[in-house]
Amino acid sequence: MTPENEGFLDGSLLNPSSKKGNDLHLKQEQRHKVSIKNLDAWFGTKQALKNINLDIKPNAATAIIGPSGCGKTTLIRCLNRMHEMTPGATAKGHIIIDGDVDIYDKSVDPVIIKRRIGMVFQKPNPFPTMSIYDNVSAGLKLNGVKDKRLINDIVKESLEGAALWDEVKDELDKPGIGLSGGQQQRLCIARALAMQPEVLLMDEPTSALDPIASSKIEELVHVLKKELTIITVTHNMLQAARVSDYTAFMYLGELIEYGPTSQIFKTPQKELTERYISGKFG
Amino acid sequence: MHENEQISGNRRKIQDIMLRHSSKRRLMDKIVSALAVVGVLAAIIPLASILLEVIKNGASAITIELVTQPPGAIGSATSGGIAPAIQGTLIVIGLATLIGAPVGILTGIFLSEFAPGNGLFPSAVRLFSDVLIGLPSVVIGIVGYLTIVLTTGSFSVLAGAFSLSIIMIPIVVRITEETLKIVPNSIREAGQSLGIAKWKITLFIVLKSAKSGVITGIVLAISRIAGETAPLIMTILGTSLFFSSFTNPVDALPLRIWRLASQPYDSAHSQGWGAALILIIVVMILSMALRLLTQRKGFKVKASHV
Repeated sequence: MTPENEGFLDGSLLNPSSKKGNDLHLKQEQRHKVSIKNLDAWFGTKQALKNINLDIKPNAATAIIGPSGCGKTTLIRCLNRMHEMTPGATAKGHIIIDGDVDIYDKSVDPVIIKRRIGMVFQKPNPFPTMSIYDNVSAGLKLNGVKDKRLINDIVKESLEGAALWDEVKDELDKPGIGLSGGQQQRLCIARALAMQPEVLLMDEPTSALDPIASSKIEELVHVLKKELTIITVTHNMLQAARVSDYTAFMYLGELIEYGPTSQIFKTPQKELTERYISGKFG
Repeated sequence: MHENEQISGNRRKIQDIMLRHSSKRRLMDKIVSALAVVGVLAAIIPLASILLEVIKNGASAITIELVTQPPGAIGSATSGGIAPAIQGTLIVIGLATLIGAPVGILTGIFLSEFAPGNGLFPSAVRLFSDVLIGLPSVVIGIVGYLTIVLTTGSFSVLAGAFSLSIIMIPIVVRITEETLKIVPNSIREAGQSLGIAKWKITLFIVLKSAKSGVITGIVLAISRIAGETAPLIMTILGTSLFFSSFTNPVDALPLRIWRLASQPYDSAHSQGWGAALILIIVVMILSMALRLLTQRKGFKVKASHV
């Protein structure tokens, strides 16, 4: 992702003042696709995230691990401002994309930021009344894309990107909910890819799937990270070890340790991480 | 060893209790399913006997003349038909649905999607609509009379449609709200995650998913208003003439049935049965047509040149 090609869908998102910043500083920040700075999040009065600071590398897969209730899902739901859609949920801090735009800046429209940062959910959730084709094209059509040829191309590309094209190319008009669980999840990935996101958030994307369907999603992560930045939450430490380049370990709303996956799993620096990795708690 | 004995002792106790319960369970199964059958019969027998009675008495009365001619003048040789009543019923129901369905659906959307929870205003709207459902229709007829008939100075189609739409709205509101609430939140989140505007998620994704439930609400409401008589007496009045304008009186099937039934002639009674059968058929056709029209027309394939 070059600075000239930031892929904004909406020019109004650009914060002109930050453009004037020191070029060297900007370059440094560029190495991080997503920079989380001093992020706190609450559900009502209960604090779910405590001062999270985390820099996510571009074109890599980052896994967030930790025991249930540690705040890992809350963290990735903050990354596309989905967290605050829950009644009573709030977040405070800075999440900077490409060293350039703070998605928690007041001038940023939380609806528009979601077009840039895709999300795949724990349970496959295709739109129930829509065909496979309409599921993939819904995000484009409902955001004003009318060019049918372009939509057709993107639908094909996205389904190929989600490794689903060969299985569904002859039945694009069939309902999306008629597919198997694993296919539905890949349909949801295709639906997210159709929006041409730069970052793809995955919230335990395989926890509702069988091992074969899970391994397909894992393979997909390896391929997709060439094009975009992937952040995935997982309960499954083996999966984190298999798919991710970087791993963040969270506990009780705090980021305990973050680093290259091999380091986290082989030579964790913190005792808590070591105990969790080795299955002593969690 | 002692612990093992304890476990097997408990196991025996539990198994004994379950064995006793299982004979009881079979009996209860039988009783409950028998009660369910009794319930079904109690619901179906009156319904079926009314339907059969209407068909028995009404079928022979249905002639071409009945459904195409206006009523004959009193004392004339031909008794005429009930065509203006059929026409009037369709017009008044149609207009009432055009007013009532959008208002009801939008209010239901508001309650479910835009004002969830139990704030003062949504709670008040819910209470108000529940009270409205229970309001006797004659009261709503009086409201139509006072607000429209008296101010415009004439009984009219508009006054009738207005009154019927007020009966319709709370039914559509509650069913729309309940149906939308069943749509899983994960569907809304999927829409949000694609950066789709909330109103588009609501109309094109959530409402679309709940379509069949909302249609059921409208069909129920139409069936309810199609048979209303009291509010129509006070608003459209009834006439022997065909529809002339929205500001003039018009006839309707329930009104015509009531008039025919209160006449002392056998021929009129027979026509009344015929009119009743036609009213049932009209409601049936309307609800089936509505379902067919709004059913998934298969999935549109727009991928022809992929």
